[in-house]
Amino acid sequence: MRNIWAVCKKEIKTYFTSSIAYVAITVFLVLVGFFFHSLIWWFNTQSMQMARNPYYFQQLNINQMVFSPLFHNISIILLLMIPLLTMRLLSEEQKIKTDELLYTSPISVNQIILGKYLASLFVLLVMLLLTGILSIFTFVHGNPEVKPILIGYLGLFLMGAAFMAVGIFFSSLTENQIVSAVLTFGALLLFWVLNWAGYSAGGIWKDVLNYVSFFQHFDDMTKGILDTTDMVYYLSFIFLGLFLTHSVIQSRRWR
Amino acid sequence: MIEVENLTKKYGDLLAVHNLSFTVKKGHIWGLLGPNAAGKTTTMRILTGYLPATEGKASVAGYDVFEQPNDVKKIMGYLPENVPLYPEMTVHSFLNFVAEIKQIPSLQRKEAVEKAIKTSSLESVRGRLIKNISRGFKQRVGIAQALIHDPQVLILDEPTIGLDPAQIIEIRQLIKSLKGERTVILSTHILAEVTQTCDGVVIINEGKLMASGSLEEIAASLQDKEGIFIRLRDGGKEKVEHFQNIPGVDKVTLQDDGYNIEWERGKDKRDDITRYIVERSWSLVEMRPLAMNIEDLYLKVVSGGRQQ
Repeated sequence: MRNIWAVCKKEIKTYFTSSIAYVAITVFLVLVGFFFHSLIWWFNTQSMQMARNPYYFQQLNINQMVFSPLFHNISIILLLMIPLLTMRLLSEEQKIKTDELLYTSPISVNQIILGKYLASLFVLLVMLLLTGILSIFTFVHGNPEVKPILIGYLGLFLMGAAFMAVGIFFSSLTENQIVSAVLTFGALLLFWVLNWAGYSAGGIWKDVLNYVSFFQHFDDMTKGILDTTDMVYYLSFIFLGLFLTHSVIQSRRWR
Repeated sequence: MIEVENLTKKYGDLLAVHNLSFTVKKGHIWGLLGPNAAGKTTTMRILTGYLPATEGKASVAGYDVFEQPNDVKKIMGYLPENVPLYPEMTVHSFLNFVAEIKQIPSLQRKEAVEKAIKTSSLESVRGRLIKNISRGFKQRVGIAQALIHDPQVLILDEPTIGLDPAQIIEIRQLIKSLKGERTVILSTHILAEVTQTCDGVVIINEGKLMASGSLEEIAASLQDKEGIFIRLRDGGKEKVEHFQNIPGVDKVTLQDDGYNIEWERGKDKRDDITRYIVERSWSLVEMRPLAMNIEDLYLKVVSGGRQQ
């Protein structure tokens, strides 16, 4: 545990001293702020129009009209940014040969991977928590439901965590950070749109593709639906990513 | 302390280390010599647990490198060929990180870091980012990280590379000061370093052991002759004949207005030669044993002067 913490601490420090984290967080917040602003603006004009008709006015729901689309927007930003946050995690160690220090220290490969993974989760957590300021704004001026927002955030976090597990896996494969980022991005996008193929596929394949795709599981959570299937999906994705990372590192050393 | 037995390492089809065996006694400093791509780094990487061997056994302080890697890693300090440094960290925070992953308890960590900074003379750069310090300092940070957990065994891959002459002497002194309490294996291309710091050497070429032992032992096994160099006040060509006539002397050659006199190893002729000189009242100016210097020795061994 202490070893994991040592690696994690060092990794967080690197994120922040090398300014990667600051830049990523700032850009992320600017984009999220922009999307939030346009959604609120749209919601405002809609509510003005609907105010004339009491029946439609009943249908107005800030959770569905602002937060659900906002979470989808954030998920796309994460899809673009997470490969850049994870690309150096293991690639750089290989490139600058510091892996020789890590693997000759009394610390296991699992501890190294977990330490690095937790550090990347920390950055994700900071990013998401800072967007929380936006929802405080809606609570001051409106009355959204809390539970769907929290579940939506949980969904974002779990999906981001799964993205990062994919990212750390690809960064273990190569010492080139660009290659690692491109592979991660490609894989994430593919998993994202896999359910599109589900439309044309029939029978069991449709279910399989839908299950494997990120999108379906995330969509439920943005609507405030908490389903254990989705949780299991994300957690098994994370486990698989980390497990494959471990296998890659071990097999490289035995080659 | 360090025992290597029939070690073999293959990278695919490439045989990097072949059937290598040697032992290093506790408290000794041994040099690992060989041309580039001889398998020095691979051998060191296997000993430190970075690479697994294809075949063979290696143990450090009684712990098997393959069976109990963590026990070995705890008592071993390692300076790889490419010094492993994080450019974005300061010297101090880097050493602190190394202290943590080398399992130094938190209470002693601060003291260990300070000691490492002091022994490697890093006080002046402790707060600077590693990417901004000079090559020599980087090398010293590398040495500091190898020493930080006070390891019983040190593996140093070219420890003095990139240092200026004063620093080289400093580092050599540091390594020498470890003698007795710690066991050290170092690889180097500077042969003078070996004569100055090492108790013995292992010479390998193309992954095979060419020779191992103390320098004297290796020299003895390489030469079937031994001899002396003699200089007289009024030497000359004609005296070559004289020395040649002493029974048992095999070969006399003129060199730098002196004589190299050689005889078969083990049949010491020094008494006979001095008596011969004294009887003729020649005045002797210089007399010293003909030692093979380390460069000759190295070249002879590497070029296959002796195969094991």
